[in-house]
Amino acid sequence: MTMQAHTLDRYQAGVSLVHRLDPRVKVIVTILFIVSNVALPDGAWLAFLLAWWLLIASSWLAGLGYGYLLRRSFVALPFALAAITAIFTIPGQPLFAWMLGSWHLTITDAGLIRFVSIVVRSWLSVQMAILLTATTQFPDLMHALRHLRVPKLLVAIVSFMYRYLFVLIDEAARLLRAREARSARSTAGAGGGSIAWRARVAGNMAGQLFLRSYERSDRVYNAMLARGYAGQFLTINPHIMRRRDWAVLLLAGVVLLIVQLVGRLPLVAL
Amino acid sequence: MQTYLVGSLAGSIPASPPALHIPDGFLNLAISLVFWAFTIMLLAIAVRRTNNELGERQIPLMGVMAAFIFAAQMINFPVAGGTSGHLLGGALAAITLGPWPAMLVMASVIGVQALLFQDGGLIVMGANIFNMGLLTALIGYGLYRGVLGRPRGVRLAVAGVAAWLSVMAGALATSLQLWLSGTTSLSIVMPAMLGVHTLIGVGEALITVAALTFIMQTRPDLLEAEARAARGGRGWVLGGLLAALMVVLLSPLASTNPDGLERVAGDLGFLDRGLGTPYQLIPDYSIPFLGQTPLSTILAGTIGALIVATLAFGVARMLRRRSAQPAAKAEHPVS
Repeated sequence: MTMQAHTLDRYQAGVSLVHRLDPRVKVIVTILFIVSNVALPDGAWLAFLLAWWLLIASSWLAGLGYGYLLRRSFVALPFALAAITAIFTIPGQPLFAWMLGSWHLTITDAGLIRFVSIVVRSWLSVQMAILLTATTQFPDLMHALRHLRVPKLLVAIVSFMYRYLFVLIDEAARLLRAREARSARSTAGAGGGSIAWRARVAGNMAGQLFLRSYERSDRVYNAMLARGYAGQFLTINPHIMRRRDWAVLLLAGVVLLIVQLVGRLPLVAL
Repeated sequence: MQTYLVGSLAGSIPASPPALHIPDGFLNLAISLVFWAFTIMLLAIAVRRTNNELGERQIPLMGVMAAFIFAAQMINFPVAGGTSGHLLGGALAAITLGPWPAMLVMASVIGVQALLFQDGGLIVMGANIFNMGLLTALIGYGLYRGVLGRPRGVRLAVAGVAAWLSVMAGALATSLQLWLSGTTSLSIVMPAMLGVHTLIGVGEALITVAALTFIMQTRPDLLEAEARAARGGRGWVLGGLLAALMVVLLSPLASTNPDGLERVAGDLGFLDRGLGTPYQLIPDYSIPFLGQTPLSTILAGTIGALIVATLAFGVARMLRRRSAQPAAKAEHPVS
């Protein structure tokens, strides 16, 4: 079977300004953006709005429709449930109150503001991260991390992992398909055998996959040795910071600074 | 992401993996930075140790193993009513690869999940790696290491317990981080997280034990933990036991005494964020909070002990390594 796991690649090819930026700049701007959001106080709506405009502008510059970012950003939504308790527990002016059995549930204004702020921060951050991976190819991303002082070993492991991810996911899919074909179904309720038996089948699959992966890594290592591998990777892809990279970095820094200032002005914090 | 893959590739019903990946925005900056500090420290040690022990074989081995963990998280088995058990893989990785390589492997998996799939945030990645990669490796390896000489049944049983505890530890740590960031109230998030992950942990334990059984039967020589039997591992066992103890003690304590903890938090008012208050990078509540009630003392004590234990055995191992190196060089003269 040919590789079916190509859906893993999140890169959206393009030649926009954002695509051509130095990946280091993109990583730094993404991180600064997220940090800025988290640092904003609760209820800094104008600042959040400005940050959102920065996001939309970047997405437009990258030639990606905003709908793309929006669609993929819903992945963080389920975790919002974890924050929902803030509505009830943070002390403040009560807005609504009712009894649930023997519990007194009060929605406070401070709690509501806090909850919405958390969700907005998370939502904005996720979209910036999506923009980063959509406009930067994975090898460039890894190279940027290396430039930003992430240890060589970690970057090498992640690069290797990415290379073999597709292969091993196909391997795992084969195992899952084989199990399907042999009647140990994974649909609700109709699976055969006890839970222990089903777990054992799944564990055997995991063990199988482990052995295949381990032995494959041996073959890969020997193949690398045969091709002159001596523990180091050499790359011929120097990243040079051009003037426009510095300009973008500066611009982003200034905009985020403005966002921070706006977020802390007593006039606009509602 | 992986649920999408399972659905599309294998045609089975998508199921939800362990929900421990915290997105950005749910932890405040202080907590994010603190856990980044822990993670960077431990990963730095892991990088050096793995360099020494595996040499140039490390990159292909750990790269492919990281891909294995990622792919293995797709393997599920039906539990009941449409839900299924999944593998997180931290304990399994630690037992099969050794603790330090396992930490690097899990960190890579979590990093890729965050970068490519936004499964987990970028600035909270330190906390995510700590919860799902470092704690799980510590408990998984530490407990297993303590029963290396015993019969296979005992080792497998301990591995299962370790796998369950590692998931619970991750859930506990996540709850604490969310609470300390003021995102949720402890009385709600901790019982919820621990409750859900009790079952998920059982799934983890079952798959881990089954996978280990398989590996023991086919290629027992590959179990890294066994290969290290000759060398001392007391630090790990101690660390693992300490972490396990924390999980066991804190969980029921916090779940049955939510009022106590909440009252403490309420008294000190750190959950009360006034509107328009400028964000404080280092919250004032850290230090006074850790000295008020007996409960907070226990919390402080065990967290402090864990930090100290981690630092201590890390230093001890590094020192022992250095003194053992001349002996190692004598054993293997370079020709």
